[in-house]
Amino acid sequence: MAEYKSIGINTEKRDAMSLVTGQPVFTDDIALKDMLHIKMMHSPYPHATIEEINTEKAEGYPGVLMVLTYKNTPRVIHTTAGQGWPEPSPYDTYMFNQKMRFVGDRVAAVVAESEEAACEALKLIEVKYNILQAVLDPHDSMRDGVPVIHDEPEIKGAYDPQHNLAANIDIEIGDINEELKKSAYVIEDTIRTQYVQLTPIEPHVTISYLDEYGRIVIRTSTQVPFHVRRIVAQVLDIPVRNIRVIKPRTGGGFGTKQEIILEDICAYATLKTGRPVRAIYTREEELMSTRTRHPMEISLKIGAGEDGLINAISMHILSNTGAYGAHGLTVASNSGSKSLPLYNKAKAVQFRANIVYTNLPVAGANRGYGAPQAYAALEQVIDELAYKTGIGPLEFRKKNHIRTGETSPIFKALGEGKEGVEQYIQSCALDELIDRGAQEIGWYEKFGKHIRNGSKVRGVGMAMLMQGSAIPMVDMGAATIKMNEDGSFNLMYGGTDLGTGLDTVSSQIVAETLGVKPEDIIVYASDTDITPFDVGAYASSGLYISGSAALKAAMAVRDQIFEVAKELLGEVDDKNFILEDGRVISKASGKSLSLSEIAHHTLYVSNQHQIIASASMVSPYSPPPFAVHFAEIEVDGETGVIKPIKYVAAMDCGKPINPELVKGQIIGAVSEGLGYALTEEYVFDENGKMLNGNLTDYKIFSTRDMPEVVPIIVETYEPTGPYGAKSAAEININGPAPAIANALYDAIGIRVKDFPLTPEKVLREIKNK
Amino acid sequence: MKVTYIINGKKQEFDISPGEILLDLLRDNGYMEVKGDCYEGTCGACTVLINNVPYASCTTLAAGVDEAEITTVKGLGDINNPHPVQQAFAKFGAVQCGYCTPGEILSAYALLLKDPDPGEEDIKRALDGNLCRCSGYMQQIEAVKIAAKMMREAGDNGRV
Repeated sequence: MAEYKSIGINTEKRDAMSLVTGQPVFTDDIALKDMLHIKMMHSPYPHATIEEINTEKAEGYPGVLMVLTYKNTPRVIHTTAGQGWPEPSPYDTYMFNQKMRFVGDRVAAVVAESEEAACEALKLIEVKYNILQAVLDPHDSMRDGVPVIHDEPEIKGAYDPQHNLAANIDIEIGDINEELKKSAYVIEDTIRTQYVQLTPIEPHVTISYLDEYGRIVIRTSTQVPFHVRRIVAQVLDIPVRNIRVIKPRTGGGFGTKQEIILEDICAYATLKTGRPVRAIYTREEELMSTRTRHPMEISLKIGAGEDGLINAISMHILSNTGAYGAHGLTVASNSGSKSLPLYNKAKAVQFRANIVYTNLPVAGANRGYGAPQAYAALEQVIDELAYKTGIGPLEFRKKNHIRTGETSPIFKALGEGKEGVEQYIQSCALDELIDRGAQEIGWYEKFGKHIRNGSKVRGVGMAMLMQGSAIPMVDMGAATIKMNEDGSFNLMYGGTDLGTGLDTVSSQIVAETLGVKPEDIIVYASDTDITPFDVGAYASSGLYISGSAALKAAMAVRDQIFEVAKELLGEVDDKNFILEDGRVISKASGKSLSLSEIAHHTLYVSNQHQIIASASMVSPYSPPPFAVHFAEIEVDGETGVIKPIKYVAAMDCGKPINPELVKGQIIGAVSEGLGYALTEEYVFDENGKMLNGNLTDYKIFSTRDMPEVVPIIVETYEPTGPYGAKSAAEININGPAPAIANALYDAIGIRVKDFPLTPEKVLREIKNK
Repeated sequence: MKVTYIINGKKQEFDISPGEILLDLLRDNGYMEVKGDCYEGTCGACTVLINNVPYASCTTLAAGVDEAEITTVKGLGDINNPHPVQQAFAKFGAVQCGYCTPGEILSAYALLLKDPDPGEEDIKRALDGNLCRCSGYMQQIEAVKIAAKMMREAGDNGRV
């Protein structure tokens, strides 16, 4: 194993000191002179058309510059999904529209001198709605005679809008019925997941203004600066070159910021007024009007032979994409493609998904991207099968999981909205993850023991997981590195750090390659004028794509340095050079030069040039990280309350570039997953209006809700990743729902088949037992 | 109406409207380190110390705290001279996106003023009003323990 100086080291997060001392680094931390403010009016009805809208009084309110509605804004059909072009999401959205499709849909925006004036003016907008029958149950969406939610002729790319079907997937490998028939053990079950959102604490916020050339600058809290630029250009019908998007530090994203929510309206208001404009959503708007996790109903049928090997898996999904189809197809694809390959012994696999429109909040990208829903169901049914075969949860999974050197036909059959890419697993520590996790949780002492304390019973449960590292042959990121005369380097790349520490691990990778310290790398990221292209931060692509681009650029810079050193040291072969401690050293002669000397020479002395290189990364593979989770819970038979006691998350993410940051990714994802399992849920009234649009009633985990979490990192080496790394960002959100559900079964022998596992539902199941 | 505060040790006078919220007043006057989010006192991002007690500035009327001593995260230390709580948060993985961080650091600091050697439950209770979506809290709790130790060893209780 190579001796690394910057890889595998807990380098302090490069932005940490700025963040702990409160530097003004976020989008909203600047106040521009003469800045205008936007406030939005939302539909109170789930399904309606605007018959009349009168904005005269609002426009006459002091300080109001304009009121934007469907009548005075460009009508360009597009998707808000910040995906690569052409987007696999249907074009079904306008900046503003006459038709309202959910409570929270945008009716109008007031642009005013102050937020207060904008809020007051909102109250003066008069709207007469023609209220339509709403579709609130996804089971109804496709039925004949049900109202058509997207009945406008311009809709493009939806599978069957006349039946409210945004997208559809149907693949079959082998003969599913035959293999199920041959199976000695078959389990069939249906699990439902709920509406949730990952609620980054910084809301969506955008500030736009004109630069000295009259171009629009959009400073925005986004995961996808380059997609923002492209989609805003599309919606405003202006050239891409007239837009610059800058992402400052971002206060979390988790997928909800892989979406164009405020940027188009803000930019349009700047274009019309020539003035800086700010738009920020309230927490209620965040929950109601941005993007949520697709609620799904997942029906599984899994068969295993006498030998305990899985023969057949059938997974059928009904996915509710809400009012618009953003990420509908690809999230559902991911439900299959990020879960089914785990059990690659199956001779037959069937995967079907209907992604339907309803008049409910819009679903979209959320950390895990379809996988958390799939695992919530799959890992419960696998457990049931493990019990039925008599083999037990650990051994059953050990028998059936994918291994190094193996593949799954799913990789090729099921991509993101299109055919995927064949791949063989090159790093996988699943057996060790199972063993170490089991030991840490005390599995053999606790499983099946139903340890009781009054009305409370303990249980343990586990789940096995995988994800991917970027979308193969789709995601592309690029980086440029240039050298300065003090031996420092600028890394300019499109990688989009949302707080994960991507800029830090990228600086570690570049530092290792160039023989300097991470502090010698000055990172500038996510500015469409200055940094090269990158699709942005999603699909667990940050380190694997953007980090690899940085690595490739660093290698090219290294070659340029060697070339100069060869000349200056009079050596013939640049293979003799190494970079170490800020010097280029010849192993042949022992002579060396500092990087500062090299840079001074190239910038000022002879053969003058800038040492600089750019590189791009697109991957033919998407190596899965793997994880095995264990939960210990205590359930109170009298109140139905489930209390998580201890949680163990063991992960193989290849080589951890910065173990402390990896730990943060694990624990953070686990806390979000625990909320998904136990407390988080949108509550609607009979008209599809969200009733708990605040952080008091929409309950996310706080410090005192958290169990003890033990992250275990099992190091492997992924040959296709930068310094052997795979992704670590999403995978661990997949585990808590099934692990807790399986622990509940271990404790008291019940399964609550719709999430979250609230006390009411637990008591109901205890009663029904 | 006029109010006077001592903000981060410096006397400041403001002309405010009766219903003005402390959070808005602070941000409008350049204290961008105080973050806004829920405007209902739930998330803790806007936490400031009022006479060394943590409050949600989004539900605090500016008029109601006239003559108070207000501390924001910038009052604890800066990049060149960070407070032990700030150092520990930066160094031990307690910061991810950083949006909730100023509020968490202030809650932690207020706890350590009262209790130089808090137990895990004390720390959890002190930070319970500061919601964080990135971290899962474990590294923050560790950072508070480390900061407490640094402050005890420095012997000055870390008071700024």
